[in-house]
Amino acid sequence: MTDNTIIRFENVTKSYDSATPVLNNVSFEIERGKFYTLLGPSGCGKTTILRLIAGFMEPTSGDIYFNGNKINHVPANERQVNTVFQDYALFPHLNVFENIAFGLRIKKLKKEEITRRVLEALKFVNLEGYENREIVEMSGGQKQRVAIARAIVNDPEVILLDEPLSALDLKLRTEMQYELRELQQRLGKTFIFVTHDQEEALAMSDEIFVMNAGVIQQSGTPMDIYDEPINRFVADFIGESNIVPGVMIADYRVQFGGKDFECADKGLSPNEKVDIVIRPEDLEITTVDRGKMTVKVDTQLFRGVHYELSTFDKDGNEWLVHSTKKAAVGEEIGLDFDPEAIHVMRLNETEEEFDKRLESYGEENHAK
Amino acid sequence: MQNNTNRSYYLVPYFGWMMLFVIAPLVLVIYFSLFDLHGNFSFINYQNFFTSVYLKLTLSSFWYAFLITAFTLAIAYPTAYWLTKTKHKQLWLLLIIIPSWINLLLKTYAFIGIFGVKGPLNKLFESMGIGTQQILYTDFSFIFVSVYIFIPFMILPIFNSLDKMNPTLIDAARDLGSSTWTTFTKVIFPLTINGVKSGIQAVFIPSLSLFMITRLIAGNKVITLGTAIEQQFLVTRNWGMGSTIAVFLIMFMVIIMILTGQKDKGALSNEQIK
Repeated sequence: MTDNTIIRFENVTKSYDSATPVLNNVSFEIERGKFYTLLGPSGCGKTTILRLIAGFMEPTSGDIYFNGNKINHVPANERQVNTVFQDYALFPHLNVFENIAFGLRIKKLKKEEITRRVLEALKFVNLEGYENREIVEMSGGQKQRVAIARAIVNDPEVILLDEPLSALDLKLRTEMQYELRELQQRLGKTFIFVTHDQEEALAMSDEIFVMNAGVIQQSGTPMDIYDEPINRFVADFIGESNIVPGVMIADYRVQFGGKDFECADKGLSPNEKVDIVIRPEDLEITTVDRGKMTVKVDTQLFRGVHYELSTFDKDGNEWLVHSTKKAAVGEEIGLDFDPEAIHVMRLNETEEEFDKRLESYGEENHAK
Repeated sequence: MQNNTNRSYYLVPYFGWMMLFVIAPLVLVIYFSLFDLHGNFSFINYQNFFTSVYLKLTLSSFWYAFLITAFTLAIAYPTAYWLTKTKHKQLWLLLIIIPSWINLLLKTYAFIGIFGVKGPLNKLFESMGIGTQQILYTDFSFIFVSVYIFIPFMILPIFNSLDKMNPTLIDAARDLGSSTWTTFTKVIFPLTINGVKSGIQAVFIPSLSLFMITRLIAGNKVITLGTAIEQQFLVTRNWGMGSTIAVFLIMFMVIIMILTGQKDKGALSNEQIK
């Protein structure tokens, strides 16, 4: 644990009844001043983590530390965190000013100080001049900003955001992604953001925790997670991927689709069964004789920036290809890719083992 | 045009009903209030109303209505709150509502039996060594029975407004640092105030004109505006005075309606935030 750690989960489990726990023996650390994202499908336990940090529930077992102090039983109103709720949860009987001032009034601050800080918070979220509006008069995006202002005005150490952008339309959502990221950097506070949208997670985060079934599958920077997914779930959840079964013949040699290929992975047992991931954008269309693999084009969709081709190899594995080049449907084409594009995933590998293996590749891979 | 005239036919029963059962009785009551005992036109009844007898009666009527409303609210609010937290809330609500479907008179007679000198309650007192108590014909029994009868009418609107409230708002209030009590005073109560107002209307206004319970349970020791009207019409046969009291009663009701009137703001935005 470093001095920079602000929140620490130690073997935290949360279950509502005897059935499968929502959160299963989860441990992690949150560092000060970073933007974290808890990413996963609904029901994976990401909101449960948020609620545990906020203090709306207590863990069934395990401990939660905040600044080194155990906070398992500290009630929500005594915690140094504020939440931006999914449905904003703005008080409908109070106007914008009073909503934002709510926390400050409870702290019994002086009137002038409250006014100053509320107006400052409104300025922060680009809502100057809206202080006397009623909540019903605000649009979805504006409510969102009020909710953020209501959280930051209290100057908490950590701000929790529970899928705050999910109710907004696409354009506004993209806009708010930029704004949130910028806000976090300006404030220098720890943001913990919950989402099921992988693009949102990749775009905004310093660090992503990918979760599934109450367990953190993988944590790391967006690039780490995108480039080196630990297992089928993460590879599938983050971005689009071609995942096929393969066999690791020897170090740097992997077999899939009935052929041997050069790859960048080593340190696995010979003839170990693995999953192979190749991202669609790493596959390049070429002629059959120049390609490393021959596939038949099944369908082709125009996606704007690229064509999305669905192709099949002889064994019936589907290969999704993103290409700026066009191909003819029904035609056989060759696919070319770099050895680094092949990502080998061991079956049932834990995150620790995975990290160790990646480190063992050492300098040679990093140099590339 | 054709459509419009057609549509206005549908309003005929409504207007007919309003005329016959709302407007006409009101006019009649006001009309009767302007005649004295001997059938002469005068304002004597209105003058009489401002004498100490009737003012005292009005005051006591308000006092009892206030007590009944206050006790009903004190019991109904926590009950409604607890109801929204239970698993089978609709079932529990039904159990509370069911007694209100039973005839009022029947329930009142049941209490005469329970509270009577030879009733089960006094049997219990005796076995505990307290001895027989006079429970009927006291202020206590009057308020107790009235509260019992009015409770469902207070619980229902409060339950509805509590149930409608977005529960995340409570989390939000806690998150912003408010204690359980401040959460209640600053968020839960203000957001359910409309339910409380409806409940007060449904209890306070009928309490002003209770006369059956005052007679059967309080043995006419408690006189309300309702009892006074009944006495004037049926005992004294002074229809003028009875009507005058009724006019004032209606005025008080209107004032209470205005005072507890609903501002749409809270309820509306409560809906919209969802």
